[in-house]
Amino acid sequence: MSEKLIRVLVAKPGLDGHDRGAKVIARALRDAGMEVIYSGLRQTPEQIVAAAVQEDVDVVAMSLLSGAHNHLFPKVAKLLAEEGADDVLVMGGGVIPDSDIPFLKENGIAEVFTPGTPTGEVVNYIKNNVR
Amino acid sequence: MYDKEKLKEIALAKEEWEKGQVAKTLAKFKERKEEFATTSGIPVERLYTPVENQDFDYVRDLGMPGQYPYTRGVQPTMYRGRFWTMRQYAGFATAEDSNKRYRYLLDQGQTGLSVAFDLPTQIGYDSDAEIAQGEIGKVGVAIDSLQDMEVLFDQIPLDKVSTSMTINAPASVLLAMYIAVAEKQGVTVDKLQGTIQNDILKEYAARGTYIYPPGPSMRLITNIFEFCSKNVPNWNTISISGYHIREAGSTAAQEVAFTLADGIAYVDAAIKAGLDVDGFAGRLSFFFNSHNDLLEEVAKFRAARRMWAKIMRERFGAKNPRSWMLRFHTQTGGSTLTAQQPENNIVRVAIQTLAAVLGGTQSLHTNSKDEALALPSEESVRIALRTQQIVAYESGVCDTVDPLAGSYYVESLTNEIEKKAMEYIEKIDTMGGATKAIEQGYIQKEIADSSYAYQKEVEANERIVVGMNKFQVEEKPIEGLLRVDPSVGEAQVKKLKALKESRDNLAVKTKLSTLREAAKTDANLMPFILDAIRVYASEGEVCDVLREIFGEYRPVEIL
Amino acid sequence: MELVQKALKGNRRAIARLISLAENEEKEAVTALREMFPLTGKAHIVGITGPPGSGKSTMTDKLVKELRKRGKKVAILAVDPASPFTGGAILGDRVRMSDLNLDEGVYIRSLSTRGKLGGLSKATHYAVKILDACGFDYIFIETVGVGQSEVDIIKTADSILVVTVPGLGDDIQAIKAGILEIGDIFIVNKADRDGANRVVIELEMMLGLNAEKDEWDHPILMTVASENKGIIEVVEAVIRHKEYLDKTGLLAERRRERLETEVLELVVQNMTRYVNEKFVKDGSFQEEVDKLVRKENDPYTLVQSILADTVK
Repeated sequence: MSEKLIRVLVAKPGLDGHDRGAKVIARALRDAGMEVIYSGLRQTPEQIVAAAVQEDVDVVAMSLLSGAHNHLFPKVAKLLAEEGADDVLVMGGGVIPDSDIPFLKENGIAEVFTPGTPTGEVVNYIKNNVR
Repeated sequence: MYDKEKLKEIALAKEEWEKGQVAKTLAKFKERKEEFATTSGIPVERLYTPVENQDFDYVRDLGMPGQYPYTRGVQPTMYRGRFWTMRQYAGFATAEDSNKRYRYLLDQGQTGLSVAFDLPTQIGYDSDAEIAQGEIGKVGVAIDSLQDMEVLFDQIPLDKVSTSMTINAPASVLLAMYIAVAEKQGVTVDKLQGTIQNDILKEYAARGTYIYPPGPSMRLITNIFEFCSKNVPNWNTISISGYHIREAGSTAAQEVAFTLADGIAYVDAAIKAGLDVDGFAGRLSFFFNSHNDLLEEVAKFRAARRMWAKIMRERFGAKNPRSWMLRFHTQTGGSTLTAQQPENNIVRVAIQTLAAVLGGTQSLHTNSKDEALALPSEESVRIALRTQQIVAYESGVCDTVDPLAGSYYVESLTNEIEKKAMEYIEKIDTMGGATKAIEQGYIQKEIADSSYAYQKEVEANERIVVGMNKFQVEEKPIEGLLRVDPSVGEAQVKKLKALKESRDNLAVKTKLSTLREAAKTDANLMPFILDAIRVYASEGEVCDVLREIFGEYRPVEIL
Repeated sequence: MELVQKALKGNRRAIARLISLAENEEKEAVTALREMFPLTGKAHIVGITGPPGSGKSTMTDKLVKELRKRGKKVAILAVDPASPFTGGAILGDRVRMSDLNLDEGVYIRSLSTRGKLGGLSKATHYAVKILDACGFDYIFIETVGVGQSEVDIIKTADSILVVTVPGLGDDIQAIKAGILEIGDIFIVNKADRDGANRVVIELEMMLGLNAEKDEWDHPILMTVASENKGIIEVVEAVIRHKEYLDKTGLLAERRRERLETEVLELVVQNMTRYVNEKFVKDGSFQEEVDKLVRKENDPYTLVQSILADTVK
């Protein structure tokens, strides 16, 4: 009876404190009818994966502006796979140079959104790619 | 101030104009929008005349430059004397790399240094901490100990430059390192000039590099106020920052309101700790953002100055005019830069520079065009600095003080910003001050609401960002972005390990345990931190001792 | 069910999946619950409620840490309201418990009300059963005490903690009256703030007015959860309440009542669903209503014939 809602973990890995983008995305996903779990700041990849598993989310959306994305994003994807949760859609956003995107995609990040991406684009991407 | 009869005459003329000429034009051509408003939601009229400024009182509202309430500027001659300090925020990778960049900038005519630290340094972790991995040297320079600081300022005489350090939660630790470097250079501390950001409240509200809970954090801050007033008299002990509040998505009016509310909280805390207001207030400084809405920004700076003067004199009873002055640094708005067509950012930065200068800033950082993409390259940093120099030397706006004063629009906007900001401050007062308002998530929620409203306007194309939601072009990936070599992290860890093997570890242990005991009392911690730093205790070691005693802050997240 | 076996062995992902199945009311959820039902009844269920800003999440975080020190396995269900317009929600309670993420003895799950009355209490109920069967010693249900559906959820707990803080304006008025009546332990959090003593006195008065004739003393405790002050006392009070329920036989009594309610509610829900599917969807119900309008039949006869058809 109850309809299946998309559940998303919006996560801030690493030490970066810029959460404007993460908060805007969280609100936009909520307004698009999704259930959003917000991780808060300074999460290690292990903490993010534990939350993703316990919350049984369909999507993990990470935002990072500090430049540590090549280190942190793939680690989250890898740990998720180790937990048998490789069906979770992992996405990244923030200040990410175009030249890093192929590396991230090869390492389990389904899509990368750079500054200026309309939130509607992220919403559509999730709707079209969850399961 | 205006003659009543004359005002009536103007009002009549305006009414006739609205009903006649304007109505006729509107019948043929509609205006671009039904309603015009600034980013703070202040309605913008078609035309401003003395009628909209009926209550204007020159002496009360503006005064002379260098005189209460300082609306026109804090110095009597402003830029006719000397230009603002051109201070580019820089720092990346290792102390060696950053030292090179500083010396380049000084050679290029920059007049002050501004140090960016990496996130582990800003949050009190050494480079070998697990959570620091991937972040070392990324958004700023990695500093683990006095050894790194010595390299950072190698061949830079600390009695000749003024240095601003963007450091908050561990501000006392980095200030101690700076003092220790000066001692080694043979410079006496009373010669040191510069600023530490040291503004923890906006970290809780908007920027996120906090360590300890509010109580002990406020204590560390007042410890610095007290220590510096006695030992480092020319040091700006805090830079109360609206910059990051604005970056997090606030409006211009909120930026003023929340920054001044934070300022009030610091003054309250220091007075409560037994300091005399005039003993420390003159060393408080501010840090604002400069966005694209040129005239609203100018009004914002003027309003902030007038408000702080009143707050210090009327609310806190400060007697020394220096305590009334709001001196501020400005940075152009990072969040206004687009990743699309990055060259356009040069123009945005130019407008924002003009706003800061017309607003009477004391120092300025101009952003580089590629900052929405990565760390700025040397070339783009140079253009950013040149932008300031062009405004300074070629635009002519520096040749008279506060040239926009008396503009009907600017004076009206200045009043409106003050009114809106004052409403917020009163609300925060009723909540028990800025610390309480932040603990309850009020300020964070107000900022997040504005930020989301802005985003929705952009996505609905109600607000145009050139190159992003209008006038787009097909773009190629940008080449030549500055990247930090991942080996920086390893090198830093190795260096720290070597230091820990070669230093006098017994002395470190003794100094750290003395600090631990002092932290349990209400002693001023600055001398104890300085002692530990002098024997090469690492930043992480000092911060960990304080974490043990103070605990760590848990954020309030209200979305 | 394979998923159930995995969950019973402690696999987080399996537990999480089962709760999702229950939340989405999938058929497999009932199969799983059948299998797990015999294993339930061991966990102590703690409801924790209070107005926004009272520090419930921080309180939960600290209570759980204290229970972990005592070797207990703990699960937390954090319930937040959903937007009534889109059904979407931002569930932010985890933030204040993020250092529990990596503790193997803790499971945290955020649930939203999904804009549906009743739907949530059922999902929460199922989640509690799943976690109970999986061997958690304590299950915390944390929610804002605002809507009726949240009161219903909280009512399913064995021990109910009501948290308030000084300075919320009308203080006690901020707590829903219905919650005050069912609270077992009252906590004045942020007790280092001005006005804490006044809140305690107000609570004492309110509780005095509502005094039930039972032997439980309804303690009022003061805490500063963010500084871990008063937490041990709260944990002790919970344990004392648990022992009280055991000793007096109230626990068995309450659980029996709860089973009764659950069955009756499920019967109503299933019948409603059955009636919907059988008559409403294919339009035959409208035809019957047409007949009522034309006075060819009366509502009472129609109800009887629907019921006769349903229970056949």
